[in-house]
This record gives sequence, structure tokens and C-alpha cells, in this order.
Amino acid sequence: MGRYIIKRIIAGLITMFVLTTVTFFLMHAIPGGPFSPAEERKVPKAVMEKVQEKYGLNDPVHIQYVNYLKNLAQGDFGISFKQTSVTVNELIEQGFPVSAKVGLIAIIVALLVGIPLGITSAIKRGKWADWLSMIIATVGISIPNFVLSVLLLFLFAVVLKILPTFGLTSWQHYILPVTCLAFSPIAYIARLMRSSMLEVMRYDYIRTARAKGVHELQVICKHALKNAIIPIVTYLGPLVAILLTGSFVIERIFSIPGIGRDFVSSISDRDYSVILGMTVFFGAFIVICNIIVDILYAVIDRRIKIDE
Amino acid sequence: MSISVHMNDKEEDRFPGKHINELPDELFEKVGEDSKQDNEEISRPSKSYWQDAWGRFRKDRLAMIGLCFVLIMAVFAIFGPMFSQYTYDGQDLNNGNQPPSSEHWFGTDKFGRDIFVRTLYGARISLLIGFVAAAINMVIGVIYGGLSGYFGGRVDMILMRIVDIMIGVPDLLYIILVMMFLGNSIQSILIALCLTSWIGTARIVRSQVVTLKHQEYALAARSIGSSNLRILFKHLIPNSIGPIIVTVTFLVPSAIFSEAFLSFLGIGIQVPIASWGTLVNDAIPTIFTQPYQMLFPALAISLTMFSLNFIGDGLRDALDPRLKK
Repeated sequence: MGRYIIKRIIAGLITMFVLTTVTFFLMHAIPGGPFSPAEERKVPKAVMEKVQEKYGLNDPVHIQYVNYLKNLAQGDFGISFKQTSVTVNELIEQGFPVSAKVGLIAIIVALLVGIPLGITSAIKRGKWADWLSMIIATVGISIPNFVLSVLLLFLFAVVLKILPTFGLTSWQHYILPVTCLAFSPIAYIARLMRSSMLEVMRYDYIRTARAKGVHELQVICKHALKNAIIPIVTYLGPLVAILLTGSFVIERIFSIPGIGRDFVSSISDRDYSVILGMTVFFGAFIVICNIIVDILYAVIDRRIKIDE
Repeated sequence: MSISVHMNDKEEDRFPGKHINELPDELFEKVGEDSKQDNEEISRPSKSYWQDAWGRFRKDRLAMIGLCFVLIMAVFAIFGPMFSQYTYDGQDLNNGNQPPSSEHWFGTDKFGRDIFVRTLYGARISLLIGFVAAAINMVIGVIYGGLSGYFGGRVDMILMRIVDIMIGVPDLLYIILVMMFLGNSIQSILIALCLTSWIGTARIVRSQVVTLKHQEYALAARSIGSSNLRILFKHLIPNSIGPIIVTVTFLVPSAIFSEAFLSFLGIGIQVPIASWGTLVNDAIPTIFTQPYQMLFPALAISLTMFSLNFIGDGLRDALDPRLKK
């Protein structure tokens, strides 16, 4: 177990190193980027001074790179080139709690809706619940999240006028963004849960429990669910990544002040240092989440040989 | 010879005074010959793998509707703009923000550009990117996964570790970075989409090749001296063509999605060229006043994604019946 965790952490560090290196050199290689000398670009003088003081931009690229890695190791993600005196760390500190809150609610909603939906459609195979889950699954997998958000925004905020559109000031503000964010995860979870439930229900111990006379509801909730839910844990890793990229779109459409929106606006502003810092942060976040999920999975399911 | 003489003697015992040739025909009965032919006669023409798959695919109603929709969409995308009096970038500032009418079927945007023609142009770009990206990813995935699975051992370990490192972070992050670097154009979108999308195909091909390479026909090919590459590309890959096609079919909608996503974020297709993603993005500021500007491109992209996913599901059931749940 210890060896496995160390292995996963080393693999994660390599992934992070590759991502950081690729991002750093790509951002520096863009012609006319903020890293080129001041006279080529109209960068505010105060920013340029701060940048040069911070990074020593007159140094050769490889020394800048080493310095950047050193700063990163101390948790310093760099500073913005567009907004004077804003660091990437400040952007993350302001935006991350907002994004994390919306994301966490979306995860909970996705699990609370997706799992029962999958179970019902597995038990009532071919009935209306099964059809409903298939329709949700198809819609959730087919319709891109930005199209879904715009359509729902149009339907509930423009036509029906029952939900607020922008910002996050009351609990009603959370309904639309969370629905849009959780929709495709619900679809995946319901499908995954359905097929894993169908498989588990064929096992002998289920028949034994039924033969003993255990109530059907208890057979499903207590005996079957315990094993059927394991595949859902593997989905939690990709789920975090889906919510992250989903947040780029949803936070933009619903004007939520999270890091997804900051990242997208840094892309349209061509604020390369923020893009670099945010990408590294997102990468680290995803890698850490994946490691936690993998370890969790190994702990929950003892049948997996993690030493292989 | 002596035996037959002896036999004749015996026959003469049973039918005294008669030679075998003099026996009446009624005493003889034809055995087996006719009935055997009936049993073995092949009454129907034999079906090839593809005919069989097509037969199964044709019965899948949703997949057939999807196929028809994509074909109609493709015909409209290719020929539609030729028959319209409007062009995708022709501005008419006097007729901005018009609602749908017989003049402009889907209305006009704030510059007076015809949204119907722009949606058709979006279909061109989306379908082009979807199919070209899927084709390139198939080639890369088949070669990468094939080599990894066939040679195994250290080659496999190195190639798969590279894959592990690449899938550690969401591919959209890589794609966004590369788009920033290459600039907005169709070519750079294609390059960006081919960076990581082949990984799924590569994994499928690898697992197929790993199971198939121990089959007898692979051994037979090796024993008559076929080279490794010949065995891999002439025997193993064609035998895993079903799963490969299924994976590649699902690459088409995911490439269309990525393009629309990038264009939506403003780093995909550059204005004034229309793409479904940019059309939806452009329509957000006017969603309260001119919702149709967003509605038609959104419907076009949703219906196309539906169709392609249905086609993918149908193909999976048709080509690889073992996967059917």
C-alpha cells in the first residue's frame, strides 16, 4: 500500500513537471507575448517594472524557468501582466472558494440524483424509470454544456422568468449553474450505476439474501449497493476534471466570480502569466484529486491488487 | 478380381440362375445421395462481416435517423450556401437583428448577417473538423496502440507511461495552450485536437492486439516468416477493426464539441468565419432581446451531436455485438 501511494505521487509529480514545462515554454514562445521586451508591447510601465523585478526578464529563458520552478515550489504562481499589482495567488484565493462551493454542490447533486436514478432503472428495467434515465443519459452526453446552459438560461430566466440569471447572491442563483454543471455527470453516473447494479444483482449472495426472506428494499440498499457503488468511485477522478472544464463555461455564462471565469478572461485578455499560473494550479489540483481517488478506490475495494 | 468372382457366386446363390446384371432395377434403392445434397445445399448467399453488420445497423431506428440527419446536414452544409443570395460575412447594417422571416429564415445578427447561411457554414466547419480530426486520431491511435500492444515489454511500458502522464490533466488544458500558441485557425484546431484525443483509440487497439497476438493465425503467420509489421497491420489490426471504428465514431462528436467549446471561449475559429460555438457565443449578449440568434445554432449542434452519438451506439451494437448490454 505504501509503495503504491509513493508510486502514484511520483507519477503525479512527473505529470505536473511535464505540464509546467510545456506551459512555460509555450507561453514564452508566443510571439509578442508579455515576456518579450517592453518596447515591442504596450505594457504599463509599473507592471513591466514589477515583472522585471520579480522574474528578472533579462535573464536567459532557462534561468527564468528554473526561477519559476523555485517560486512554484514555494507556492508562488506568479503575477498578472494585465492587472497591476494582482498576483495569481490572489486570484486563486478569491476565486477558488466560490468555484469549489459550486463544484461541491454539483458533485453532491450529481451523486444524489445519478445513483438513485441508476438503481431505479436497473431494477425497473424497461419501465418508465429506465426510459427516463436513458433520455437523461443521452441528453447529458450529447448536448454540450455551454449549449445546455444557454438553453436553460433562456427557458427559466427569459421565458418563464422564475430564476435569477447572473451572480451568486441567493440560493436561487445556484439552481441553474449547478444543474448545468451536474447534468452530464448525472447522465454518466446513472448509466454506470445501472450497469454495475445489473451485474451485482446476478450474484449468488443476492439470491441467498432473498432466500433468507430479507426485504427486497434491504437487499438492494444494503447488500447490492455496497458492491455496485464501487465503480462510481473510479468516476470521481474524471468527474473533478469535467467539473473544472465545465466551470470555464458555466462561470462565464452565469457571471460567477470563480477561477474558471478568471481563467477564461485571462485567455481572452492574453494574460500569459495568469494562464501559466492557473494552468499549473488546475493541473496540480486535478493530479492531487486523482491520487486521492485512486487511493480511496484501493482502500474500498480490497479485490484490487494495487502492487501490480 | 477373384473376390468379385466369388461375390458373383454368392449372388447366384441368392438369385439362382441370374447374373447380377439381369436383376430388375426395382430391387435397387438409391441410398443417401439425394437427401445428402438437400441437407448441405446452401439456400442463402453467405454474408460478409460488413453485410452482417449493416443488417444489424439498419434495424436500429435511432441510428438510421441519426445517419439520415447527418447526411442531410452534410448535403446542406456543402451545397446550401451556393443557393443562398447571402454570404456568411455579408453585412447589411440596415437589416440588423431581424427576426426569422421568409427573407432570412433564421433571422439576422446585429451586423445584418443571415444566420441561416452562417449556421450552414458552421455545419461545414464542425463536420470537417469532426471527421478529419477523427481520421487523424485513428491513424495515430492505431499505430501507437498497435506497436505498444504487439511488442509489449519495455516498449509497452514506456509508451503507456507517456500516455499515463498525458491523461493526468484534462486534454482541454493542453488544447487551450496549443491554441494560444498556434493562433486561431482550422489547422491549429486540428493540430490541437490531435494532441491527446488518440489516447482512447490507442488503449483500445493495444488491448485488442494484446489478446489477438497469441491467436493461432498470428503464430501461423509468424511461422511462415511474416515480418512483425506485416502480422500487426495485415492480421491483428484488421481483426480488431470493429472496436476501432466504434471508438473513432465517438471521436467525431467529441471533436465537434471541442471545436465549439474553443470557439465559444474565443480561441477557436476567428471572425467573421462562422462556427456553431462562435454563433452561440455571439448570441449571449442578445439572449433577452433576440433569443432566436442563439436558438438555431444551439439546435443545430445539439441535433448533430445526438445523431452522431446514436450512430456510434448503433455501430457499436452492429460491429461488436459482444459489447451490447
